[in-house]
Amino acid sequence: MARYRSFRDLDWPLLIISLIISTLGVLQIYSSTHGDTPWRNAWWKQIIYILIGLGLMWLTTSVDYHTLLGQVPILYTLSVVGLIVTVAVGNVVFHARRWIHIFGMSFQISEFVKLVIILMVARYLSELKSDEVSLRDLLKLGGLVAVPVALVYYQPDLGTAITCVSVLAAGILLAGLRWQYLAGIALMGALALPVGWYLIKDYQRARFQTFRDPSLDPRGAGYQVIQSKIAIGHGGIWGKGLTKGTQTQLRFLPAAHNDLIFSGFAEEHGFVGVVVALGLYFLLLMQIVQNAQTAPDRAGMYICMGVAALLLCHLLVNVGMVAGDMPLTGIPLPLMSAGGSITMSVFVMLGLVNNVRLRRFVS
Amino acid sequence: MPPVEPERQESQHSPPSRLFRDDTRFALGRIAVFQYLSVAIFLFLIGGFWILQIRDGEFNSELADRNRIKTVPRLAPRGKILDRDGRVIVDNHSAFALRLSRETLKPEHIAAIAEGLQNVKAEEIRALVARYESRKVAKYVSVPIKQDLTPAELAFVESHRDSDTFPELELISNQSRLYPQGGLAAHVIGYVGEVSEQDLDSTEFAKYAQGDIVGKEGLERQYNEVLMGVNGQKRVVVDSLGREHGDPIENKDFTPGTNLQLTLDLDLQSVAELTMEGRRGAVVAIDPRNGDVLAMVSRPAFDPNLFTRRISRSDWKELNDNPDHPMMNRAIQAQFAPGSTFKPIVTIAGLETGMLEPSTTVFCPGSATYYGHKFNCDAAHGTTDLHRAIVHSCDVFFFSAGNRMGVDRIAEYAQLAGIGKKTGIDLPNEKEGLMPSTKWKLRTMREKWYAGETISVAIGQGQVEVTPIQLATAIGGLVSGGVWFKPHLVKGARIDPPRRADLRPENVATIVSGMCGVVNEGGTGASAAIPGLEICGKTGTAQRISNDLAKSNKALALAMRDNGWFVGFAPRENPEIVVVALWEGGGKGALSAPIVRDVIKAYFDKKARLARPGPAQLSLFTEPAR
Repeated sequence: MARYRSFRDLDWPLLIISLIISTLGVLQIYSSTHGDTPWRNAWWKQIIYILIGLGLMWLTTSVDYHTLLGQVPILYTLSVVGLIVTVAVGNVVFHARRWIHIFGMSFQISEFVKLVIILMVARYLSELKSDEVSLRDLLKLGGLVAVPVALVYYQPDLGTAITCVSVLAAGILLAGLRWQYLAGIALMGALALPVGWYLIKDYQRARFQTFRDPSLDPRGAGYQVIQSKIAIGHGGIWGKGLTKGTQTQLRFLPAAHNDLIFSGFAEEHGFVGVVVALGLYFLLLMQIVQNAQTAPDRAGMYICMGVAALLLCHLLVNVGMVAGDMPLTGIPLPLMSAGGSITMSVFVMLGLVNNVRLRRFVS
Repeated sequence: MPPVEPERQESQHSPPSRLFRDDTRFALGRIAVFQYLSVAIFLFLIGGFWILQIRDGEFNSELADRNRIKTVPRLAPRGKILDRDGRVIVDNHSAFALRLSRETLKPEHIAAIAEGLQNVKAEEIRALVARYESRKVAKYVSVPIKQDLTPAELAFVESHRDSDTFPELELISNQSRLYPQGGLAAHVIGYVGEVSEQDLDSTEFAKYAQGDIVGKEGLERQYNEVLMGVNGQKRVVVDSLGREHGDPIENKDFTPGTNLQLTLDLDLQSVAELTMEGRRGAVVAIDPRNGDVLAMVSRPAFDPNLFTRRISRSDWKELNDNPDHPMMNRAIQAQFAPGSTFKPIVTIAGLETGMLEPSTTVFCPGSATYYGHKFNCDAAHGTTDLHRAIVHSCDVFFFSAGNRMGVDRIAEYAQLAGIGKKTGIDLPNEKEGLMPSTKWKLRTMREKWYAGETISVAIGQGQVEVTPIQLATAIGGLVSGGVWFKPHLVKGARIDPPRRADLRPENVATIVSGMCGVVNEGGTGASAAIPGLEICGKTGTAQRISNDLAKSNKALALAMRDNGWFVGFAPRENPEIVVVALWEGGGKGALSAPIVRDVIKAYFDKKARLARPGPAQLSLFTEPAR
């Protein structure tokens, strides 16, 4: 009986929107890698990932999210261990140790970590006994999140670390953070900036510097930003048309099928395409928020908002980076960027949202 | 407590008892904040795109085009340089030049690239790239590294050009200069090279761009505009690896440089070069009827081919440090006392002003004392008239003549003949020599002229300085009856009207007669005689240090041996060729006379050959078309 009901109760708008965006992604991946490139198979691989993702989404929806929440401690341990293993043994791709190869497929462990953090934050905050986050809770949760985030950061993967922090931030802000704590955090953040500047790696520093002025290193760190902006600008209002964007087609745009996919999209579909795509993402986000608003309990709400915050963070950083409004951090665009791990993890996250939605009539 | 779903009960984790309402209403306000924040973020993002695509759309489009459209220069071949008969002296040959693309350049490759080339240092490449940066040259303009790659270098470049190794290597096939071997006419022709930064700042080269190949010395420089041509360009669509896609968008053809035909005669030039082999000095042969320069030699010479490939540091250093100055074009830049070759000029000054007459006679005991100073003559000539004085180059006669005329009279006619002034030949960096006068001395040294100085001047010593081209022009014009044409090296160039002087024909004849005696009457220039040809001339032995100094310092005397001059012309009436030979350290002017003889003989031999219709004759170069 629950099964039958759950079928019609699935969040169809969510599913449809995410599939539309995914289709746009596949088209763009095809456009940017067709012909004689090393990634010419990426587009149909992406379709496979989407299908697997849909399967995973189905799976995630079937298991009650409370069960998952119950497994948080185990999942947390697994993710930390996994991170340590990755740092130790994972192969070095793009001077980052992010992937582990299992059965011939590579998994980005940090995607798994993101999911765990969403669940962990949701569980922790939902068990709070008040409408407000106490200092002790703040520190405890912060510490718990800090461990995997620090490991992720040391992979190094600044982008993912930032997204995890955004989940935490959304959680505690929603849970009710006293403004004094917020101010305190802001102050500490401001003080920590110069220290952080010193601590971050050279190439990350270079990325910030070239963010301010891409022409400082037009061949190196600035290259991506400059090419990205040129490609976008070249699109004009209506875009050059699918497979007709010269920047993309002539391979001036690096990573045109993953990190900078939105640039290629912007070149080929113009401002109109950009507004449509961003509109779709916005609708997706609002749909997730609606599920948060109608969640049966706080845990569900935190889960949905966690997913929303994560996606918003991805969007802001990736799309912003592509347009030169944010410094370069290598995070992909969910549902569009080519990549198994990110695609599958997004569908799992959407599965979690669906999960919450399906249980909303419980009470 | 909210009712619990049965399924949920089974899989329940054990939460602490909930004493508050586990609903989401407490956070609805904050969720709304999130929604507004999202809107703001989306607007921020869309704004960014609006700026790039709509506001700056055109600008970015242009950048996109610049990315993908590359301008490839189509280098114009430089004009050849030919001799007066149309034979090629300087040619071009196809070669490969190496350029570095600044867009794909990775600084860490520079060292390895320099390794694979000869005579190119990594610092030089870096400095060159930095120069392009500082001059804000557009990014798609590549940096020329080396002209004319050797086969080994070409192999290196071809094998390392792919996108995985050194994608910044660009090969352009172009024409490279091919100069005659052995430095033949090296100074006259000059050489080409890439225009330097200092050059670009000067007015002469201001209109050229970084990377242009221009003439640096000699005729290559003087006539650079004519020779250079205009490069064309090809605009092609390229991908990020620089590979061309499709047809060129624009294909502007180049304008080839114009060939330059000289007045030089390769036959005479070769003879002159050969006779000067191993000596220091210069030979100039001109046609006094129009100023055509038939031959111009300066020795020691250099090999201009060294400059077509990048000249090595050591070669350049050697050329510059060489105390014999092989880079100097002695024909137009060596300024020396002319010695007795000056006497014809003193003579015409004397004859025209009436201070001298053909019948003037002086007794020469071998020396003379003027103003308390003893001046020596070569020999004791006894009673000497003007003719004999010229034939045997009697200094005492001319001491006397000069003393009576005074320096200013001499200067007047010398300047008329062109002494002390540039001839205006079409070569860069000509020197002007010096003709002293009272005015000159007052102006430059703020002293008055001492009459005793005139004595030396009268025999072409003292302050007088001439260059070989000056002497040739001066004497040539004089013996042609007072008609001085500007010497020039390019055939067919507009010939300026000559400078004329109203010299009395009988005076000119007297001098000519004397000069003929020099060669044909057992005079000092007897070694220039050619049977059947009436060659006239004058020797000149110019001291470089004083006799006293020579006596006291034997080593210096050896190093500073006298310069030997000889100026000769033929035929006697309406001379067709005037040749000056300067042998630095040659000792006596008489020893330079055979040089002139050989050149003049070659001239008349050739003339005779061409006049005689017959089977093809052997020549140093292919026979020109009749």
